Amino acid sequence: MTPAARNHRRAALQIVLAELRESLFMALDAIRAHKLRSSLTLLGVLIGVFSIIAVMTALRVMQRNVERELSQLGAHSFMAHKFPAMMFQGRPNWWAYRQRKDITYAMANEVVRRATLPTAVGIEAVFWGGQVESRFASTAPNVQLYGETPGSFPVRNWTVAEGRSLNDSDVEDSRDVTVIGASLARTVFPFGDALGQSLKLNGIHYTVIGVLESRGGGAESDQENIAIVPLTTGLDRFGRWHRSLNVLVQADGADRYEDTVDEVTGILRVLRKVPPGADNDFEITSNDSLIAQFNQFTRAVRLGVAVVSSIALLAAGIGIMNIMLVSVTERTREIGVRRAVGAKKRNVMTQFIAEAVVLCQVGGLIGVALGLIGGNVAGVLLKLPLVLPLDWVVLGLVICSVVGVVFGTYPAWRAANLDPVESLRYE
Amino acid sequence: MSAPLIHLESISRRYQMGGETIHALREVSLRINRGEYVAIMGPSGSGKSTLMNLIGCLDTPTSGRYFLNGTDVSHMDDNRLAEVRNREIGFVFQTFNLLPRSSALHNVELPLIYAGLSAEQRRGIALQAIRDVGLEDRMHHKPNELSGGQRQRVAVARALVNKPSILLADEPTGNLDSKTGEEIMALFENLSRRGNTIILVTHEEDIARHARRILRIRDGLIASDESREPLHETAG
Repeated sequence: MTPAARNHRRAALQIVLAELRESLFMALDAIRAHKLRSSLTLLGVLIGVFSIIAVMTALRVMQRNVERELSQLGAHSFMAHKFPAMMFQGRPNWWAYRQRKDITYAMANEVVRRATLPTAVGIEAVFWGGQVESRFASTAPNVQLYGETPGSFPVRNWTVAEGRSLNDSDVEDSRDVTVIGASLARTVFPFGDALGQSLKLNGIHYTVIGVLESRGGGAESDQENIAIVPLTTGLDRFGRWHRSLNVLVQADGADRYEDTVDEVTGILRVLRKVPPGADNDFEITSNDSLIAQFNQFTRAVRLGVAVVSSIALLAAGIGIMNIMLVSVTERTREIGVRRAVGAKKRNVMTQFIAEAVVLCQVGGLIGVALGLIGGNVAGVLLKLPLVLPLDWVVLGLVICSVVGVVFGTYPAWRAANLDPVESLRYE
Repeated sequence: MSAPLIHLESISRRYQMGGETIHALREVSLRINRGEYVAIMGPSGSGKSTLMNLIGCLDTPTSGRYFLNGTDVSHMDDNRLAEVRNREIGFVFQTFNLLPRSSALHNVELPLIYAGLSAEQRRGIALQAIRDVGLEDRMHHKPNELSGGQRQRVAVARALVNKPSILLADEPTGNLDSKTGEEIMALFENLSRRGNTIILVTHEEDIARHARRILRIRDGLIASDESREPLHETAG
C-alpha cells in the first residue's frame, strides 16, 4: 500500500469515527429535544428487550434452583424406577406407565444380589409428606419420609454429621430408628442434641440415631426436611401392596458409569421378563437426565418468549422507522447544509443509521436494566442468588443494534438521496 | 496568464417541470479569476440561483463544461462533487443555515469533519476561524443565543474554515438589518482584500456595489458584465 493510500484509508476511518461520535451526540440531543416522542418510540424496543431479558433471567434463576433440587443423587449415580421423573405429556402416557409392573422389594433385592459393578446399591421407598413431632416442637405437615437401605446413603449423597447411618440389622430387624435431615433436626430439636431422642411419625415413636450433614446453600431446602427410616420398617407400617420401589445405584467412577447402567438395566429386564427388543418397562434417571428434561420443558418457554419479543421488536422497529422518517423531514435543511459543506451520501447515511441505532440502544439499555431487575424479583422472592445472564444481555443489545440498522436504513437512504439544492431551500 | 479559477464553457441547465422544459441557463460562458470580487444580480427566475448552484458544485450542467481550478467538474459523480465542495467552496446563506443544536464552534468545525481531520486538528483550526470573525467569546453559544449578524459571521467562519478557493454568498445580508448588513459587507471587503475570491448573489444594488465586477443575469443569459471601482474605496 502506498503512503498516500494509507493516508486516505486513515482519513476515511477518521471521518467514520468523527461521524459516529457526532451521530451519538446528535441522537442523544434529538432524544432530549423530543422527550415524549422519543420515549414512546423507545418504549417498543424497551418492551421487546425487557421481555427477553426478564424471562431469560427468571428462567435462569429457576434453572439454578431446579438444578439444585434435581441434584439429589451423588456422583456417577442413577436411579431405576417405575414412573418417569417428570411428565409433561398428560394423561394417556400416565396410564401406560401405570400398567407397568411395580419394582418389588424382592426384585430390588435381586438386583442388589446380582449386580457386580456398582460400588453401592440402595433400595428406597418414598412414603408421605407428613407431620413430625418431638417433645419440643412439631413441624408443618411437609416432612418427607423415606424408607432406605444402608446402600442408599452414598447414592443419595447423604453424609451423617452426628450419630450413625442405617445399618443392615436396622433393615433386617425393621427397627424403629430414624436418621433425620439437618433442617428437620433444627425444627424439632431447637436446643440441639437430637441423638437418642424420640420422634413421633404418624403416631409411632422412632429413636433418632443420626442427623445428616447440611449441604448449605438454600438453608430451607426441602431436601433437608426429611426423615429416613429402615426400608422394611416403612414397608411394614405403610404397606407393600402397589408400592414400587426405587433402586439407587452408584457406579465406580465416570468411566464405569455406562457399563453399570447397562448391567443394572440388563438385570432388571431379565427380572421383569422384558422380551428382547422391547423397550424398558422402567426408567433410568440421573441428575443429568433430569436437568436435560427440565431444559426441554423450558425450551418451549424460551421459544414462546422469542416469538413474542420478535413481534414487539418488529413493532418497535416500525416505530423507529416512522420517527426517523419524521426526523429526516424535519432536518432536511440540516442535511442540505451538511451536503453543501462536503458530506457525501455515505456520510449522511451513516449518520442517520447511527442515530437509529443509538435510539434503539437507549431503549435496549433501559430494557436490559428493567429486565434484569424484573427477572431477579423471582430470585429474590425465592431467596435465590441473583443472576446476570450476560449472554442474553449481549444478545439483547445486539438485537437492538440490528433493529436500528434494519429499520434505520430506509430513512437514512431517503436522507442521503435528498437533492442538496432542494433541501437547502426547504422551509 | 494563469488559467481562470472558474471557467464556464457554454453551460446550459434545463429542468423538466410538469412536462414542460425550463431553460434556467442558456449557453452561459464565464471566467472568474482568482481574487475577484463578483456580484451576480438578477430578478427571481432569472437563473442566478441556478448559476450559483452550478458554480457551487451543488448541481451539474445539462450541457457545457465547467472547469474549477483547472479540473472539469461538470460530469463528476456525487461523491467527487462533495469532495470538491468540501475543498473548494465555502457557502454563506441568506438564512445562515447553522445547525440549531450545535455550538458556534461546532458549526464551524463541520466542514473539517468531512475533510477527515482529527478532533484536535479540527478544534485548533475552527478556533482560529472563529477568532478571525471576532466571535471567540461567543463560540460556545448556540445559534439561537446569537444575533443575526453574529450568526452570519459564524457562517462566514464555517465557509472559510477549509480555506476554500471560492466564498459563495447567497443574499448574505437578506435577513439582516442594514447596519448589520454593512458590517457583514465590511467583513467581505476585508476578506477580498486579503485575496479571497468572493461571489455574491444578490438582488440589491446597494450590496452589489461592494463588488468590483457585477454580472447581471436575465432569462438564463448574462445580460451585462461590468467591472467597476468599488464604492467602498471612494467612500472611505
